[in-house]
Amino acid sequence: MPAICIYVKRAAKPSRTGQNLLSFMATCSTCPQIKMTTTIDTTTALKIYRDMVLIREFEEALDRLFASGAIRGTAHFCIGQEATAVGISGALKKGDYVISYHRGHGHFLAQGGDPRRIMAELYGKETGYSGGRGGSQHVSSLDVGFLGSNGITGGGMPIGTGAALSLKMQGKDGVVVVFFGDGAANQGAFHESINLAAVWKLPVLFVCENNLYSMFTHINETTAVEDISRRAAAYDIVGEQVNGNDVQEVLACAETAVLRARAGGGPTLIECKTYRHHGHSKSDKRAYRTREEEAEWLDRDPIASFRNFVLSEGIATEEELADREREVGQRVEESIKYAEESPLPSPVDLESSVFAD
Amino acid sequence: MPEIFYSHAVRDALREEMQRDERVFILGEDIVHGGAFGVTKDMASEFGTERIRNTPVAEEVIVGAAIGAALLGSRPVVEIMFMDFCFLAFDQLFNHGAKYRFMYGDPVTVPMVLRTPAGARRGYGPTHSQSLDSIFMSIPGVKVVVPSNGYDAKGLLKTAIRDNNPVVFIENKTLYGRRCEVPSEDYTIPFGQARIVREGSDCTVVATGQMVEDAMKAAQVLSNEGIEIEVIDPRTLNPLDMDTICESVSKTAHLVVAEEGHLTGGVGAEIGMRVVEECFYDLDGPVRRVAAKDIPVPCSEPLEQYVIPGSADIIRAVRESMVEE
Repeated sequence: MPAICIYVKRAAKPSRTGQNLLSFMATCSTCPQIKMTTTIDTTTALKIYRDMVLIREFEEALDRLFASGAIRGTAHFCIGQEATAVGISGALKKGDYVISYHRGHGHFLAQGGDPRRIMAELYGKETGYSGGRGGSQHVSSLDVGFLGSNGITGGGMPIGTGAALSLKMQGKDGVVVVFFGDGAANQGAFHESINLAAVWKLPVLFVCENNLYSMFTHINETTAVEDISRRAAAYDIVGEQVNGNDVQEVLACAETAVLRARAGGGPTLIECKTYRHHGHSKSDKRAYRTREEEAEWLDRDPIASFRNFVLSEGIATEEELADREREVGQRVEESIKYAEESPLPSPVDLESSVFAD
Repeated sequence: MPEIFYSHAVRDALREEMQRDERVFILGEDIVHGGAFGVTKDMASEFGTERIRNTPVAEEVIVGAAIGAALLGSRPVVEIMFMDFCFLAFDQLFNHGAKYRFMYGDPVTVPMVLRTPAGARRGYGPTHSQSLDSIFMSIPGVKVVVPSNGYDAKGLLKTAIRDNNPVVFIENKTLYGRRCEVPSEDYTIPFGQARIVREGSDCTVVATGQMVEDAMKAAQVLSNEGIEIEVIDPRTLNPLDMDTICESVSKTAHLVVAEEGHLTGGVGAEIGMRVVEECFYDLDGPVRRVAAKDIPVPCSEPLEQYVIPGSADIIRAVRESMVEE
């Protein structure tokens, strides 16, 4: 019997005092001691909205910059999946870490990565997070709790597991989020990592962004189970499945799992059902899926859904949301300007950078 | 000074470093029970099973977990039971551990050690007998240590544990039972400093790991014929002390490189070619390589002996390198 947590969501009525609250209660069917109420006030709702729009606008700008030839190399967009990045990071605090994969811009931005330095990295500039050595898929910043992204499918899973081991051994209460896609769920690293984290009761959230396709191939062709979360049963841990396009649901689920992890309850496997609006990478023409399917998922767009919900519940006003959109537009423009004006790196330091002193 | 086993010298280094630095811990298969070669025997009773940490049989996550722990301030030492099993962890070591520092820059470091028993001569067969030193040597971002005796093993392992980079520490399994004098106090041996094991004027023999012993046996035989070889143990393959090797070649004008790994693309190919590039005009004869034949290492003794090089091969190679036209 797979362990699936069930959420009960309950939106509070907005009050007239400015204390507009959106609150929902999460209970775990397999760990009844874990019950919590997550509250999203106006400030938090606006931050969530802003962060999701930032990811979207940042990547839409990237798409244009690739098309115009301003940026070389490749990138994997997470447009359509913003709610998973923002929802999960929303449950974290300083001292927690995220490790990501090739589709990682959103995770980095949601953790507080500086869009200017990410953009500069994509431009191959000296001021980029990796000084031009990494590009889209290889960036990191311990300052914001981002252990890094990398281009090996499933490659971050063992490393995130080890990071959690270190935190636990040092007696810290931090947790580690390991993001991966449905494709990575078929790697040996998936099994080895979750098993080890379960055996050692490590504070890890294994977050699968199931967008139905590993590159060009539908999950039905590659994966024996439709729901990755069911695999949690194999490791005797809690597996949860959420609508990955519903940021509140992702956040509530993450908060429960974080609580479990901090309490010594070990890892949780969270499957976020979602969809990437763009192709696998920038050159993908999406011949393997139908425009009808895409249209269905566009109707479930996480940003539009959250926007409608926030407005209809009176959590924020149209004007407040528009302010955030303007702010994001400026930040993205600034990031491009910063990247364009930054110097190209020199190879002079490369040899001495292979090893640390 | 006490004479102790090579395996005990390794254990002493581990114990002393764990006493010295609480961030150091060990993870690997069966290590609470000493591991396959007894190196970590009784360490769990001293340090507990949190720091002497038994893992599932899952090399990829063992190495990956070490990398992740190292990123956040731990200093893990991994034991991979046989070097052959390192192939299962290559993605983690080479795509991640070896590259994080380079990609991410300050303050990211990956201070971890991967210890692993290598080599043949024990009849373990094709997947328990390999020496993959040259593969590790060829990927930037990983330091490679090949101690040939207990004294070096202790000093080099301490340096490895204190290093802020991934270090692969290759313990030839036939050496575990060898004894030598090892100080009981703390000492380190720097990386990138070859040891001149025996001075000689006629031919330089660069030998790694277990082949150092074979080179010394060959030296006796050749000395009786009036040929004095200079035996050099590089001790680390990355960094590689080419200065000492080239200086020796400039004196002897002849070079043989001896290793237990396979011939093609091996340590000998690399060192030999570097000598050709750096000091070709000091050479008076052809560079010769002594290595395992390009055949998987068989189990049965006569077959294994056929594939794995020994002192007779070094003697032959020295003579060939010194043949005058």
